[in-house]
Amino acid sequence: MADIRRRYKKPNLRLWLAGGWIALALAAALLAPWIAPHDPLTQDLLYGRLPPFWIEGAEPGFWLGTDSLGRDLLSRLIHGARIAFMVAFAAAIAACLVGSTLGLVAGYFGGWADRIISRIVDIWMSFPPVLFAILLIAVLGTGLHSVIIAIAVIDWTRFCRVIRAEAMVQARMDYVESAHIAGFGRVKTMIDEVLPNVLPSIIALLSLEMGIAIIVEAILSFVNLSVATDDPTWGGIIAEGRLSIHQAWWVLVFPLVALFLTVLSFSQLGEGLKQRFDPVLR
Amino acid sequence: MTDCLAITNLSATLPDGQRLLRSVNVNVAPGEVRALVGESGAGKSMLSKAVLGVLPVSVKIVEGDIWLQGNDLGRLTAAKRRQAVAASIALIPQDPLTALNPSRRIGPQMTDRLVKILGWDQTRADERVRTLLDEVHIRDGERVLRAYPHELSGGMRQRVLIAAAFAAEPKLIIADEPTTALDVTVQKQILRLIAEMQRLHGTAILFVTHDLGVVAKISQNVTILYGGMVVEEGAVDQLFANPQHPYTRALLAATPRYTDPEASLLPVDQSVLSDLAKAVETADRDWMSSHGG
Amino acid sequence: MMQRIVIRLLTMLVTLFGVAVVVFIVIRIAPGDPIAMMLPPGATDADIDRLRALYGLDKSLFEQFFIWFWGILQGDFGTSISLRQDVLGLVLERLPATLELSILALFIAVLFGGFLAIVGARERGTAIESGIDVINGAALSIPDFLWGLVLILFFGVLIPIFGITGRVSPRLDLPFDTQFYLFESILRLRFDLTKDLLSHLFMPALALALPLAAIIAQLLKQSLKEVLELDYIVLARVKGFSETQVILREALKNAALPTLTLIGVQFTFLIGGTVIIERLFSYEGLGNLAIDAVINRDLPLIQGIVLVFAMLFVLINLAVDLSYALLNPRLRHG
Repeated sequence: MADIRRRYKKPNLRLWLAGGWIALALAAALLAPWIAPHDPLTQDLLYGRLPPFWIEGAEPGFWLGTDSLGRDLLSRLIHGARIAFMVAFAAAIAACLVGSTLGLVAGYFGGWADRIISRIVDIWMSFPPVLFAILLIAVLGTGLHSVIIAIAVIDWTRFCRVIRAEAMVQARMDYVESAHIAGFGRVKTMIDEVLPNVLPSIIALLSLEMGIAIIVEAILSFVNLSVATDDPTWGGIIAEGRLSIHQAWWVLVFPLVALFLTVLSFSQLGEGLKQRFDPVLR
Repeated sequence: MTDCLAITNLSATLPDGQRLLRSVNVNVAPGEVRALVGESGAGKSMLSKAVLGVLPVSVKIVEGDIWLQGNDLGRLTAAKRRQAVAASIALIPQDPLTALNPSRRIGPQMTDRLVKILGWDQTRADERVRTLLDEVHIRDGERVLRAYPHELSGGMRQRVLIAAAFAAEPKLIIADEPTTALDVTVQKQILRLIAEMQRLHGTAILFVTHDLGVVAKISQNVTILYGGMVVEEGAVDQLFANPQHPYTRALLAATPRYTDPEASLLPVDQSVLSDLAKAVETADRDWMSSHGG
Repeated sequence: MMQRIVIRLLTMLVTLFGVAVVVFIVIRIAPGDPIAMMLPPGATDADIDRLRALYGLDKSLFEQFFIWFWGILQGDFGTSISLRQDVLGLVLERLPATLELSILALFIAVLFGGFLAIVGARERGTAIESGIDVINGAALSIPDFLWGLVLILFFGVLIPIFGITGRVSPRLDLPFDTQFYLFESILRLRFDLTKDLLSHLFMPALALALPLAAIIAQLLKQSLKEVLELDYIVLARVKGFSETQVILREALKNAALPTLTLIGVQFTFLIGGTVIIERLFSYEGLGNLAIDAVINRDLPLIQGIVLVFAMLFVLINLAVDLSYALLNPRLRHG
C-alpha cells in the first residue's frame, strides 16, 4: 500500500521542480541577448577571476564572478544555455523522428520490415556510443551541426526499440482489427490508431533524450569538438574552469551545477511523464 | 518423557493483523510420525516454517511458544536458534527439482551441513553419506555424489534429499509434502522409502500433506488444520473410523483411496465450510478481546 | 565446449573484418582534405600531390583498402599524419595506461556494486535496502563525465587527497621497462610508486566505476532476491547456515549469471567512457590520444585506435562467454 501511495505522490513534486527548472533555463536561453548582464565575449583582464557576489573581492554587476579573461560568468552561462537547448531540441527531435518512425513501422507491420530494422538496431547498439561519436565527428568535422547529426545518428535506436515494442502490442489490439474491417488502409490505421497510443512514450523518451543530448554536447564542447568559434558553451566553460580550478573554482562549479540540474530535470521529467501516461502504473 | 516438538498456543499474523495461525497446539513425541493435514492455505506450511525459523519477513509470531527438545526456541538468539534447529531438525522439501543448488555437485551439498555446521571431519561425513545412499537404495552412489542435480531424475533427487535429511541423525524430520511434485508411480516408492528409513532410524516425523490417503500409509497420529486452526486430532485409526468433526468427515469423503477407489468424490459440503468460517471468526473475536483489541 | 570456442573465434574474426571495412569506408568518405590541412598555406598543388602519394591517398579506394588491410595483418597500421610516427607503436604505447584504468574501474565497480547488492539482498525489505536503492538511482542518472567533475572538485580541490591530473607525479623517476606502470611497480616492489600511481588512478577509475557499480548493484540484488526465494536456499537455512553464508555460498553463484553477461556489455561501454575521462584527468591513455587524433583529423591514427578498441570489445565478449560457460554446469557438459 505504502509503495503505491509513494508512487502517486512523489512524481508530482518532482515533475514540478524539474519542469520549473527547465522552464527557467529555457527562458534564459531564449531571452539571452536581453537578460544577460554583460556581453559574454568581452574580455577585461582587469576584471579577471572575480569571485561570485558573496565572497570578498567581488565586483557588483558580476553576480557569479568572471573567468580568467574577465568575461562575466553569468552571461556566459545564459548564452551557453542557448546552445545547449538548441542541440537538445534539434538532436532529440531528429533522433525521435527517425527512431519512432522506424519503430512504428517495425512494430506495426512486423515481418521482414521488423527483421531488417531490428537487426540494424542490434548492430547499431553493439557499438559503444562514445567511440561511435568520435568516429562520426572525425568524419563530419567539428561544429554544432556535426554534434546534432552525431547524436541523432547514434541515439535513434533508443526510440526505435521502445516504440517498436509498444507498437507491436497495439497492433494486436481489437480496435486496430476493427479499423481494418472498417476498410481503413494499413498506413492510415498506423497513424490514426497506433500512433496516438504510443505518443506518451515518445514524449517521455524525447525528454530523456534531451538530457542526454545536453550532456553529449557538453562533453564534445569540453574536448573542443563542438562549436568552432568562441561562442560560450557549458562544456567550454567547464574546460576553462578545469584549467583554473585551483585559482577560480567558481568557473567550474556554476556550469557544472547548471548541467547537473538540467540533465537531472530532463530525466526526472521523462520518468515522471512515463509514469503519468502509463495506464498500468497510473 | 519430553516431547520432541511441542507447539503451544501459537499465533502468527501478517502486518495488517490478519492471523495465519490461530492458537495452534501440536505435539510430536520422540519416534512418532504425525501427519499435519489441511488444504492449501490451512496454515500447515506456515506452521512448519515457523518451527524451522524460515517464516517470510512479513509474518510475525505474536503469541505462543515452540519447544524443541525441551528448549524454548523463542528465548534463543537468532544464531543460537539456528544452531538448535540445525542440530535436531532436518527438512525433506516439497519439490526435489528446486531443492538442490543447480551449480553445486551433490556430494558437497549432502556433506556441507555435517562438516560446516556440526563440525565433522570430511572423511567421516563422506563415509556417512555413502552409507545413507545405500540405505535409500541408490546403487551407483559414487557417480551420484559427483553429479550435478540436473543429471539426476526427480525421484533420484528426492532419494538424495531423504538421505541428506537422515544424515545427521536428527531427532525430528519435517517432511513438507515430499511426494506432491512427483509422478504417481514414484510417489509410492518415495513414501515407502520414508517409512522404511523412519523405522530404521526411529526418527520422529512431522509429515505435512493435503492428502488423507497418504496419511493412512505413513503416520500413527494426525492433526487436521483449517484456516490456521486445529480442527481435530488423534490416532489415525480412531480418527478415520470415527471422525468427530464434520470437516474431517467431509475430507474423508473426498479422499478416494481410503474409502473406496470406485466411489465418486464428494465435494466438501458448503454448510460445513460456512460453519468453519464462523468458527474462525469467533476464535478471532475472542482472541482480539483477550488481547486488548 | 571446444566447438563453441572455435565458433566464437570465427565469428570474432568476421566481426573484426566487418569493423575494419566499415571504419575504412566511413573515414574515406569524410569531407575535407587532411593533406591540405597538414601543409602551410601557399603550398603548391605539386606539394599536395607528392604528400598524397606518400600516404597512398592517390590510389583507388579498393586498392587503398587492400594495401591498408594487408598492412594491418602484418602489424603495419600506417603512419600518423599529425605525429609522423608509426600508428601501432603509438597505440601500443598508450594502450597499457587505458587498460590499467579500465580494469581498476571494473574492479571497483564489481566490488562496490557486489557489496551493495549483497547487503541490499541480506537486508531486503528494510530501510537499508531503500537507502541502497536511492544511492543506485543517483549513481545511475549521473553520467561518468559529471561524476569525474564532481570528484575533481571534492577530492582534488576541497580535500586534495588524490591526484587529479596525469598518470603519475611528474617529479618521480620511473624505472619502468613497460607501459604497465601499476603492474610493474608492484612486481618491482616499488610500493612508493604504486601508491602514487593509485592516487592518480583512483579518481578517474571511480568516476568510470560509479554508474557501472549502480547497474551491478541493481541487477545483482534483484537476482539475489529471486534466488533467495528458492527451495534450496530454504533448505540451506534449515541446515543451519546464516543468511550471509547462504547468500555467499549458495545464492551468489547462481544469481551472478545474468549480471555477468551485463558486465560484459557494460565493460565495453566503460572502456568507451575512458575517452572522456582520460581527457578530463589529463591521463595519458588511448582515449586522450583519440581525441587529439580527431581534432587533428589524423585518419590513420583514428583507424588504428578504433580497430584496437574494437578488438578489445570482441575479446571481452569472448571472455564473458567463456566464463559464463564455466560458471554454468549445464553448458559445460552440453
